[in-house]
Amino acid sequence: MSLDTVKHAAETPDAAQPWAELGLKQDEYERIREILDRRPTGAELAMYSVMWSEHCSYKSSKVHLKQFSEKAPKSEAMLVGIGENAGVVDVGQGYAVTFKVESHNHPSYIEPYQGAATGVGGIVRDILAMGARPVAVVDPLRFGAADHPDTKRVLPGVVAGIGGYGNCLGLPNIGGEVVFDPCYQGNPLVNAGCIGVMKHEDIHLAKASGPGNKVILYGARTGGDGIGGVSVLASETFDDSKPAKRPAVQVGDPFQEKLLIECTLEVFREDLVAGIQDLGGAGLSCATSELASAGSGGMRIELDTVPLRDASLSPEEILMSESQERMCAIVEPGKVDRFLEICEKWDVIATVIGEVTEGERLEIFWHGEQIVDVPPRSVAHEGPTYHRPYARPDWQDTLQADDAGRLPRPQTPEELREQVLRLVGSPNQASKAWITDQYDRFVQGNTVLAQPEDAGMVRIDEESNLGVAIATDGNGRYAKLDPYTGAQLALAEAYRNVAATGAKPLAVSDCLNFGSPEDPAVMWQFAEATRGLADACRQLGTPVTGGNVSLYNQTGETAIHPTPVVAVLGVIDDVTRRTPIAFAAEGQLLYLLGDTREEFGGSAWSQVVHDHLGGLPPAVDLDRERLLGEILISASRDGMIDAAHDLSDGGLIQAVVESCLRGGTGARLIVPDGLDAFTLLFSESAGRAVVAVPRSEEVRFNDMCGARGLPATRIGVVDGDAVEVQGEFSIPLTELRSVYEDAIPALLA
Amino acid sequence: MARVVVDVMLKPEILDPQGQAVQRALPRLGFEGISDVRQGKRFELEVAGPLDEAALTRIREMAETFLANTVIEDFTVKVEDVDGAKAES
Repeated sequence: MSLDTVKHAAETPDAAQPWAELGLKQDEYERIREILDRRPTGAELAMYSVMWSEHCSYKSSKVHLKQFSEKAPKSEAMLVGIGENAGVVDVGQGYAVTFKVESHNHPSYIEPYQGAATGVGGIVRDILAMGARPVAVVDPLRFGAADHPDTKRVLPGVVAGIGGYGNCLGLPNIGGEVVFDPCYQGNPLVNAGCIGVMKHEDIHLAKASGPGNKVILYGARTGGDGIGGVSVLASETFDDSKPAKRPAVQVGDPFQEKLLIECTLEVFREDLVAGIQDLGGAGLSCATSELASAGSGGMRIELDTVPLRDASLSPEEILMSESQERMCAIVEPGKVDRFLEICEKWDVIATVIGEVTEGERLEIFWHGEQIVDVPPRSVAHEGPTYHRPYARPDWQDTLQADDAGRLPRPQTPEELREQVLRLVGSPNQASKAWITDQYDRFVQGNTVLAQPEDAGMVRIDEESNLGVAIATDGNGRYAKLDPYTGAQLALAEAYRNVAATGAKPLAVSDCLNFGSPEDPAVMWQFAEATRGLADACRQLGTPVTGGNVSLYNQTGETAIHPTPVVAVLGVIDDVTRRTPIAFAAEGQLLYLLGDTREEFGGSAWSQVVHDHLGGLPPAVDLDRERLLGEILISASRDGMIDAAHDLSDGGLIQAVVESCLRGGTGARLIVPDGLDAFTLLFSESAGRAVVAVPRSEEVRFNDMCGARGLPATRIGVVDGDAVEVQGEFSIPLTELRSVYEDAIPALLA
Repeated sequence: MARVVVDVMLKPEILDPQGQAVQRALPRLGFEGISDVRQGKRFELEVAGPLDEAALTRIREMAETFLANTVIEDFTVKVEDVDGAKAES
């Protein structure tokens, strides 16, 4: 086929074009013709189709995402907000931290190892592009039922991919989650987060300004991998009847990425970069149009200069390729030689592929012939916007009316004991060590806390012991029952997890995993969840700094549970003051902070014992969450508590068991007045934590809680080698340990 | 007795970091003139019993579902008799 040049396109207005195959809708194609005042060339069509895909353009979600900016609380910590590769937060002492969570769900289902590995690679480059050195990664994961055969195919591959890529890069994996639920069968959620650290003056932005500046593509050669990944893969529902539509997956090379990291940090250090962008979804189409659009607008690219792995690639394919480990930098002409020299030193291929121009057009040439002539904003930032219809599904009332409070409860101490063991040994509550042990958690020597602690924590300054903590949470069961509250509970839990370690929560990133936006019920869930999250962020004073939306997570007609995954970043002035979860010192007093109500809707107990999902999720009280956070942070700083564990799914008993096993000590619990043993142990009321208080600090701690108005109830003592609930049951630690630790290996190893 | 050889290669459009590493090493070791290297896997299967169409079908199925990851790899099945003479299947 001959080259489809701009000239040729103008002369052949009626040539048929494969817009539908590229995932564009009729009206979208018409709009492209309107913008260009002619039919697009093949290369232009390729660019628009990938950039206007759901994955890149957020066309269904952006009308709702606006709230994260509109409702954002004023925060002095926020240095760079939504819209850049990742948000940047001031953590003091001249340091800034950038962090973000993204999804790599669909690729990970098709090819678990490479899908998950390239997910890590992609988020690391996002962080790098802000000017920061990546220091840690986290991975919130969700799979189908733990005993389903496909989980055994997907999970080991995903875990090995994350471990393989992250370990090769030398980045500690400090947190995340693993959740099993049949709703993720055929649609696992593989989210990946990364934290990077820099000095304030090192922040870099993705824009191309200064006519005459050179555009340099550096990193791996461009091959035929992942062509159309975003338009086809991440933006459509899987349909088993059409396997041929599956495009090639990308394969990552972590050693190339490591070189890219060091090389990029060195060109930053020498101040050689005027603008920078990583190449992820939509590859060069995205990098060139976004850089040009955010800058002055003009850019000229000689596409035939792009180094290729496969010489037979067409210009369209080069523009759409999602080959990994590539970056694009804007460099002043006088600095180009030095830039290339540094790349050479790191064994990184670097090529000047074009320059910033005076005009406002992105122009791309192929062996001297023009194949693209577009206003870059129309590609990158002015894509279609959909106000998708949304409606509360008619089954929502039925679901909420199916109150979990009516489920039969254990009648005897023996039954209670048996249900505790079932809960602790259930896939969602059991130890995830078999998974997290496959990741390197301690490389670089700065990890302070990692799984199974409440939040991951790394030291960022060896002199002052300044550190940051991150927790990710999201409970799809809660969100299914009530998306507005469910999203708020996800934020509340992550916030509480960070505070429980003694770090002050500062900012939020989110990865919103939902079904098809073309389903009004799913769109309603999305609208409610974003509204809930934005409201809660404002109330807690933690702005959303950026994130990612993953739609079309469904198989056939069945959508996954709405799953907003929320990451909260916190700062701690001195990591030696952090609070672990382990109950380690016998004789310390156990206090339950917060109020315990009969709240079992969406609970782990209702799932494990009754396979039930119905009713309402626990109520949210954000003022209480903030107060609890303040108390946990003060108590940690002033040495009033030696251990703290937030209460979430599985309730108090789950937290106590985890803390006991972590510390290797038992606990004796007494049911306080006004509560029954079952509610005390299994309720999932939010805004609660359990803490271990040294006897010498009891008065001071009680006084603080009393003065601030936080209910603190003494529920027992750290003691012995069993978890005992007085008058009910006692379970030896050895028995709990084998139930807790053997469950996952038995299913997956 | 027959031997069946299954060769597994990454699909042409898939990145092969190992092959690239070998290619980069060649000139350093004084081996010039190689423009690309791709590395694959070779399985030699000794077949017990007759090598009939049914056995070959089983082997192709084995290659498709287990020996090769057909999302990113292609494979070929070749029959090799004990004398070493080769025949395409």
